[in-house]
Amino acid sequence: MEPTTPHTLPNEAAPPSASAPDETMAEVPVYGLLAEFETPEAVRAAAEAAYAAGYRRMDAYSPFPVEGLAEAVGFRKNRMPLVALSGGVLGGLTGYVMQWYANVIGYPLNIGGRPHHSWPSFIPITFELTVLFAGFFALFGLLIASQLPQPYHPVFNAARFLHASQDRFFLCLEASDPTFDATATHAFLHAQGAVTISEVEP
Amino acid sequence: MPTELPPTRHDATPPKPAPGRPLHEPKRYASTTPVAAPGQTYTSVTDTVTGVPLRKHQPWQWLAAFAVGFLLTMVMLTTIVYLLAKGVGIWGVNIPVAWGFAIINFVWWIGIGHAGTFISAMLLLMRQEWRTSINRFAEAMTLFAVACAGMMPLLHPGRPWMAYYLFPYPNSMGLWPQFRSPLVWDVFAVSTYGLISLVFWYVGLVPDLAATRDRLVQQNRGTRAWVYGLFALGWRGSARHWHRYRTVYLILGGLAAPLVISVHSIVGLDFTIAILPGWHSTIFPPYFVAGAIFSGFAMVLTLVIPIRTLYGLEGMITMRHIELMAQVMLVNGLIVGYGYLTEGFMAWYSADTFEQYMMANRMFGPYAHVYWIVIGCNVVVTQSLWFPAVRRNLKVLWVVAILVNVGMWSERYMIVVTSLSRDFLPSSWGSYAGTFWDWSFFLGTLGFFLALVFLFVRFLPMISMAEMRELVHEQGQSPEEKLRAETALDPPGGDGASHPTASPYTHEETAS
Repeated sequence: MEPTTPHTLPNEAAPPSASAPDETMAEVPVYGLLAEFETPEAVRAAAEAAYAAGYRRMDAYSPFPVEGLAEAVGFRKNRMPLVALSGGVLGGLTGYVMQWYANVIGYPLNIGGRPHHSWPSFIPITFELTVLFAGFFALFGLLIASQLPQPYHPVFNAARFLHASQDRFFLCLEASDPTFDATATHAFLHAQGAVTISEVEP
Repeated sequence: MPTELPPTRHDATPPKPAPGRPLHEPKRYASTTPVAAPGQTYTSVTDTVTGVPLRKHQPWQWLAAFAVGFLLTMVMLTTIVYLLAKGVGIWGVNIPVAWGFAIINFVWWIGIGHAGTFISAMLLLMRQEWRTSINRFAEAMTLFAVACAGMMPLLHPGRPWMAYYLFPYPNSMGLWPQFRSPLVWDVFAVSTYGLISLVFWYVGLVPDLAATRDRLVQQNRGTRAWVYGLFALGWRGSARHWHRYRTVYLILGGLAAPLVISVHSIVGLDFTIAILPGWHSTIFPPYFVAGAIFSGFAMVLTLVIPIRTLYGLEGMITMRHIELMAQVMLVNGLIVGYGYLTEGFMAWYSADTFEQYMMANRMFGPYAHVYWIVIGCNVVVTQSLWFPAVRRNLKVLWVVAILVNVGMWSERYMIVVTSLSRDFLPSSWGSYAGTFWDWSFFLGTLGFFLALVFLFVRFLPMISMAEMRELVHEQGQSPEEKLRAETALDPPGGDGASHPTASPYTHEETAS
């Protein structure tokens, strides 16, 4: 019952109805169908077509960032700039207030009669802490928003997925999508020119 | 084995010139050569780059270089132990020259690190594609250089175990650092620089660690795959993740670019804010930044020239990279030369006796040899980079890079020692020379740096594969080329030497 090996279609296959294993897919719960493409253009076109066909719960995987692919799978809100900006503002305020407190309130020292609150001398550290906080906010923002580290993910179950970090492009249409139908989705992906299509175990 | 290339234009001439462009265009040499050699595919990029850390046996040169680095690291550790036991008296520092090798080495090392950030951040923002194959390596170099630099001021105080006093923290003594001092700025600048460089480097590394992990799974090397997988954080190349990733990477680049300027400016201010002749000058911050980038590029070239030949990476780190780096070095060398000129001019023009004496003392005093080494290496030797023949001759360029490293170290020696040894009052003059332990510590950090660089090359992908694949995509990957490269490993265009899969190392790995 368990489809452990990826179901591979020949390049010029017979109509999908002839090769689709509909007898197993109806029973076994799957995470989704993973289609492999050879070029970034193909996976982007497939993702756009899937979005147009009503699929929403999907993701694409590529070995390098592909222009427009995130938008094609329906990604809209990128909050990273805001996260980094808030980190920077917080860092700058922290830096300045810390120096002001330390040198004006906490431990005032008379250095050649210069004012305790010599703001120009406080600028370098204010800048450094702005950068430090913004950088760390950006890093942790990225990790938290992407839910990383995440050692387990169903797509890793597909044997072909080892190529997603190297030289191939994948589109995964997830079974939790209301539009998802094992046979129809398989046929849809095949029509998009997928090189291989495999079922992903949850 | 076609890895040892003659110093010619061999691997730089594109076999297929773009339509409408003459085959040979010597004057626009750099701009006509692609940043990735023709024939690269997504697969060949992965094979070549992961091929280096995943090789079963490293070449003997790796072992030899690492052994030298390791031995010198032991020398460094011995020196540190002896220093902690005896105190800074084992060094040549005294009054008036209280800033000896430690500060010279600190400024030199931090400067070397700056080329890494310059390559990764500045060139990223300026969309200079040629940075791609050298940025990872240069960033690693930054981290290791900052590690060496950081040790210097930490061990320089009389009681290094009290170094945490430099950081502001609420303590029972009610003490706070004096934030109007540039030495405290330095603490923040260098620690921020180290941390942000680490973040930038690691973020860049994550997708490549994932590729290495997957490669190891394909080769059935489960334990190593687990270790790489741990650091890859479960990266799976999701389009959503890539989108955020790219934004974050650009933000980090945007943060690191002004950071690198600020760090060496602050190092320059450490000197400038003192009223000592030869230090109290407004030109120091820009002059220090240019000097930092100058010596940093020299160090990148010193390391990259042998390593690219050793691992057959000529298809990715092409002659174009080498030549462009030489050009950046030339430009910064000219700025540094202008700095020397300005120092001399201002000493004369200021009509200040002490400044004028400082300049005469530098040129003809007890440390005159240092001054002339500086001028010889940084100004005279650098002029050879005007000639394309020098920039394209790997052996000559390597020697020039080494000389620039020597010259930039001597420059810091000149600045620190000549000004301190003879300030205003002849009665307070003194002399300075490094002791055995000064030299052993300096050579020890060189070895530590070398050992770290070779460990990095041994265990991590030294070229950013994700960015290389992007370049391959932009340059176009024709289906026939791709098929040929993937199946037959037959170098396209008949140019065996320029194709990385022709290297024997990648053959043995791709076979498994």
